[in-house]
Amino acid sequence: MPWKNAHVFSPSTFYVDRVCYTKILPQETPGNCIMRGIVTTLDMFECFKDKVGEVLLPGDVFSFELVPLDNKADKVICGPGLRRNGDEVLVCKSGILRHKPPNLYWIDSIQKRYVPAKGESVIGIVTVKSGDVFKVDVGGSEQASLSYLAFEGATKRNRPNVQVGDLVYAQFTIANKDMEPELVCIDSCGRANGMGVFGADGLLFKVSLGLVRRLLAPQSDIVKDLEKTFPFEMVVGMNGRVWVRARTAQQTLIVANLLESCENMTTQQRQALFRRVADRVT
Amino acid sequence: MRETPLSNCERQFLLKAIEEKKRLDGRQTYDYRNIKITFGTDYGCCVVDVGKTRVLAQVSCELVAPKDNRPTEGIMFINLELSPMASPAFESGRQSELHVTLNRLLERCLRNSKCLDTESLCVVSGEKVWKIRIDVHVLNHDGNIMDAASIAAITALCHFRRPDVGIQGEEVTIYTPEERDLIPLSIYHMPVSVSFSFFQQGTFLLVDPCEREERVMDGLLVIAMNKHREICSIQSSGGIMLLKEQVLRCNKIASVKVCEITELINKALENDRKVKKEGGKFGFAESMAKERITALKSEIAPVEMIDIEEKAEDIICRTGAPCDTVPSPVVRAPGTGQVGEGLQNAWGLDEVEEEEEEEDDIEQGGPEKQPESETITSKKGDVVVISDSEEEEVVILHQGVEVKDFREEMSSGQKQATSASKKKKKKRKLAH
Repeated sequence: MPWKNAHVFSPSTFYVDRVCYTKILPQETPGNCIMRGIVTTLDMFECFKDKVGEVLLPGDVFSFELVPLDNKADKVICGPGLRRNGDEVLVCKSGILRHKPPNLYWIDSIQKRYVPAKGESVIGIVTVKSGDVFKVDVGGSEQASLSYLAFEGATKRNRPNVQVGDLVYAQFTIANKDMEPELVCIDSCGRANGMGVFGADGLLFKVSLGLVRRLLAPQSDIVKDLEKTFPFEMVVGMNGRVWVRARTAQQTLIVANLLESCENMTTQQRQALFRRVADRVT
Repeated sequence: MRETPLSNCERQFLLKAIEEKKRLDGRQTYDYRNIKITFGTDYGCCVVDVGKTRVLAQVSCELVAPKDNRPTEGIMFINLELSPMASPAFESGRQSELHVTLNRLLERCLRNSKCLDTESLCVVSGEKVWKIRIDVHVLNHDGNIMDAASIAAITALCHFRRPDVGIQGEEVTIYTPEERDLIPLSIYHMPVSVSFSFFQQGTFLLVDPCEREERVMDGLLVIAMNKHREICSIQSSGGIMLLKEQVLRCNKIASVKVCEITELINKALENDRKVKKEGGKFGFAESMAKERITALKSEIAPVEMIDIEEKAEDIICRTGAPCDTVPSPVVRAPGTGQVGEGLQNAWGLDEVEEEEEEEDDIEQGGPEKQPESETITSKKGDVVVISDSEEEEVVILHQGVEVKDFREEMSSGQKQATSASKKKKKKRKLAH
């Protein structure tokens, strides 16, 4: 093969659509069949590993050649921002390529538009009360529906007290691109588990989805730094909405502004800023 | 796309904060957000940022016939656009109430205050006058579009230069910037609008409301004023009753704000003029912070080049007998040439060939190295075909000498072309 740079790519790759793991079976195209017999030396992981931590743009291509799958360790899991197209992997979001051992790859992008995904918890604003469903704005392309029976302890007689304009913390049970998304405020056991109507006072504001993911990461350093300033309550939805409440309106505003400014600051800058704020408040 | 609704908690919090004299971004009640003015490379183009609100203004001019009732006055036309880019709530192609209000306010602020000397725009009385058109585009909406738009419009007007015209008898000539220097418009004064929002039936007042403050406000008062404290327009909307003292107080605040903003505009204009004169870098691209992005760089692909020439020569040798009758290229007129005249389109034929080749590959089926190299050589054959069609073009254009080698391949008419290509096809099949 003098004409091409040869890389290996196993035909069976897993795809991660955020939380839910869906497997896409390899398509048996004629091209695939021909490629099967080729013995190659380079590993496809090399191709990805070279670029981990680098900025990639939509349209960038990882190209390999397919080999038959012999052991499961060769499978690559593509997360958000990576899309398989035949025997190549396309980048479809701009951001940094991230890697989680053993073989999970995704693009860490700073996006503002939310696309609903099954299983994600979001903050919604109730916009319409109609019959037995509420319409909830979650910042996606379409409003989600929330049944009034999907609250803890709700029955046909005992309706939950939800007004238009209220905030709800809820989870997606249906999130298809062709269907209206559906929310619930109970988990599989019928418990509220932190979900439901909230936010009598406090402030709601929007941040980028990248920052939300950083806030929700276990042992998030932003939250740890912020905790040292003063006590406050916070609800973070995967759709980029954050609700905070502190003792006074002043403190609530401080927390909100600190979080908004975290968007593009280095760790040192952030810690210096937080320390300064903490000194001044106390 | 609908607008994100305002939740109850946001509304309550905002009102409570305003009562405590607090604002979302930490401003005081009478503070403006940061105003930034940047100019494009062209004259009459500027972008104004007021906090996150961003507005672009572009001034252009053309010669038109004047209006019948004012034959000696130029025309000033103002157009404000709200595109969906600014906010998902704005729809394109539909005139919303906000759109009409803003257009009307801007028109009153600039045109009705007669800030532009329209008489100086007259070229030939009753026949030709300059029409100055101001296009204001809202690029991002975070409240107080009106102030940003008025600043952008007046700054762009001050920045604009129109071409000079000369009149000889009946003839009007427009000189290019190289022939004669461009002329700035004569501007009498600079009206700037200042917005005040009222809460709790006029109890609380805020200057320069942001988007969320605009949503919970009860009423709005817009005062357009120049730095000589002359009110150009004043409008109260939202249906709240204001006291005389309140309006006077707003007037006082506005005069201070207008002075500050006018000074800022003048400073920005002066700065731009200086940079342009010194030949420094200017324009939007230069005023943005540069950050390097490293995309996926592709490595140099190794391509084997060892016996390419031999192979190519071999293919050329095999491509068939040269035909002796070479028609002279047609030149219809001096300096014109024709491309591919009288020849059959070779593209379709190539495709047919390629398909056949592909079929061949599949028939051979095996992924071994042998057929791979076969396809490569045949691809090369394709390359040669394409290149000689190009050569044909070259021959016709240049009537040149340097392409002698390929002239033999040039065919006289459609029939010959097809027959030749058929020949080639056969030969290649033989080669397979």
